[in-house]
Amino acid sequence: MSRSQVLPSALFKHLILIVVGLAVAYPFYFMVTSAFKDYVEATANPPTLWPLTWHPENYAEVWARQPWARYFANTFFIAGTTVFGEIVIAILAAYAFAQMTFRGRNVVFALFLATYMMPNEATLIPNFVMMSNAPAGVNPLFPIPRLGLYDTYAAQILPFLASAFSVFLLRQQFLAIPKELRDAAVIDGAGHLRFLWSVVLPISVPALVTVMILSFYASWNAFQWPFIVTSSEAIRPIQVGLNAFRAEAGSQYHLLMAAASFVVAPIVLLYLVGQRFLVQGVARTGIRG
Amino acid sequence: MSEEAIAITERAASRRRRGLLENAQAYLFLIPAIAFLGLFKILPAFYAVYISLFRWDIVQGAFRGLDNYFDILWQNTTRSQAFWQSLSTTFTYAIITVPVEIALALVVAYVLFQKLAGRDIYRTIYYLPYVTSTVAAATVFFYVFHPQYGLVNTLLGTIGISGLLWFQEPDGVFQMIGNAAGLALPDWAAGPSLALVGVAIFSIWHFLGFQILIFLGGLGNIPLEYYEAAKLDGANQWQLFRRITLPLLSPQIFFVFTIASIGVLRAFNEIFVLTNGGPLDTTRTVTLLVFRTFFQQGQIGLGSAMGVLLTLIILAFTLIQFRFLERRVQYT
Repeated sequence: MSRSQVLPSALFKHLILIVVGLAVAYPFYFMVTSAFKDYVEATANPPTLWPLTWHPENYAEVWARQPWARYFANTFFIAGTTVFGEIVIAILAAYAFAQMTFRGRNVVFALFLATYMMPNEATLIPNFVMMSNAPAGVNPLFPIPRLGLYDTYAAQILPFLASAFSVFLLRQQFLAIPKELRDAAVIDGAGHLRFLWSVVLPISVPALVTVMILSFYASWNAFQWPFIVTSSEAIRPIQVGLNAFRAEAGSQYHLLMAAASFVVAPIVLLYLVGQRFLVQGVARTGIRG
Repeated sequence: MSEEAIAITERAASRRRRGLLENAQAYLFLIPAIAFLGLFKILPAFYAVYISLFRWDIVQGAFRGLDNYFDILWQNTTRSQAFWQSLSTTFTYAIITVPVEIALALVVAYVLFQKLAGRDIYRTIYYLPYVTSTVAAATVFFYVFHPQYGLVNTLLGTIGISGLLWFQEPDGVFQMIGNAAGLALPDWAAGPSLALVGVAIFSIWHFLGFQILIFLGGLGNIPLEYYEAAKLDGANQWQLFRRITLPLLSPQIFFVFTIASIGVLRAFNEIFVLTNGGPLDTTRTVTLLVFRTFFQQGQIGLGSAMGVLLTLIILAFTLIQFRFLERRVQYT
């Protein structure tokens, strides 16, 4: 191909990518720049592309109007606990499925598979009933347990501690461990826990990080469930806080954009740092969030 | 008994002991997962059906058998109208979202897959919406599509389209086009409301990166020799795409189709933020209707019955997708 043929086609391709890229990126750009405008400019028609005057004090104002520090702390606590609990539980289960022989393995595995297929929509209402404070029903034969956890951290953590998806992902990884390693460990007199801790985990770090990032991401972005099982600001996570601020801010879009930008910031940072793991995880598992 | 026989029985006994120990240990490893999955996933799936058989307005009431289902499906006029309308809205939402999502992602992935300068930068940008939380992203999107303050209407204004209300517009898009052209379309041809189209645009924007990611993976699996051989035979770009890329990418296209459909069926957060089911209920999907029924109106029994129906629809799609996944990823 001659040079004159190559150039226009490459240019055309870049044109497609740039147009789509602008459409994808513009809302982020608009969010960050609008956060620095004043009310008059943020509600101007047509919108300005670059702030005429800069108002970093918007952030201070937003910060003062909702207990954001508390929301952040709650979210980090909930996400941290969920990630830690989920990974420990998933490691143990995945190891059992991958490296141990036991009676009923296929039955238990089928059970896990069934829960994996069950969408959250199926369990939303019953889990809500279990968490809620409503008095137990009139039917004593088959009462639904009341956990009395409405408006607690536990209600936001416990339902997500076991994830069949994480178990499958780690099991795939653990299955790939060469049998010779296990045999060598047995000869050295190492039990399962010792083998898991000193051999399996160190060579599975990428898969573990993928599971943890996906789990953190899901926790950070959770909205509907915490919205329905909590009522007090003191324990609500960041997305529910942002939703509350949405109602409070009304048409003060400059403040709303400031709030959205710091709600988004940590997860975008995590994405930029851990892009490789996240991309691999999504590509390998096809989870769509 | 000979010494040899004693040794054999002893060895067998020790193997049995080891087998028992292994069994006990395995279940010890599995107990936490089984306990949590059992309490929050398996039992609730049965509870969902159980609850749906009762009048259950905040507290459990009388047993109703299948009456909640009959009410939703045909017996109660208000309820059944709302349910069927929601179901139709949900499927309309899927129909206007999924094909566009797939086509756009396909084009972008195809271009992006070729060795172009700045590939990584493009990729990082395209994946960005996908990692952003729905609530925050939808909050920003609402502003971008604001009738007065947003860029979208400003841009449309330059080509002579002005004053679109987007998330507050209940009128159907075909009806609006018809009105602009001086045609009065019948009600059945009104099309999805502009608000629902807005929600669809958000959805396409939000998940574009995910679809691109899956397609890029698929493109990486196509042997380059195929393209080279076809080029030798004088195939042009379009023929390469149509005859090689498209057929060999069909597993990924099918996968994205099912998973995007499930995603749309389950969508809640974006609709809650962008329109909250309005205007005039034109974006009230089944998930929104379930939420309003059980959470805002406190009719848990009815809501649960709707939830069970929605679950069955989602499960059908999941099973189709699973069939496919089983072939791609080995589970046993």
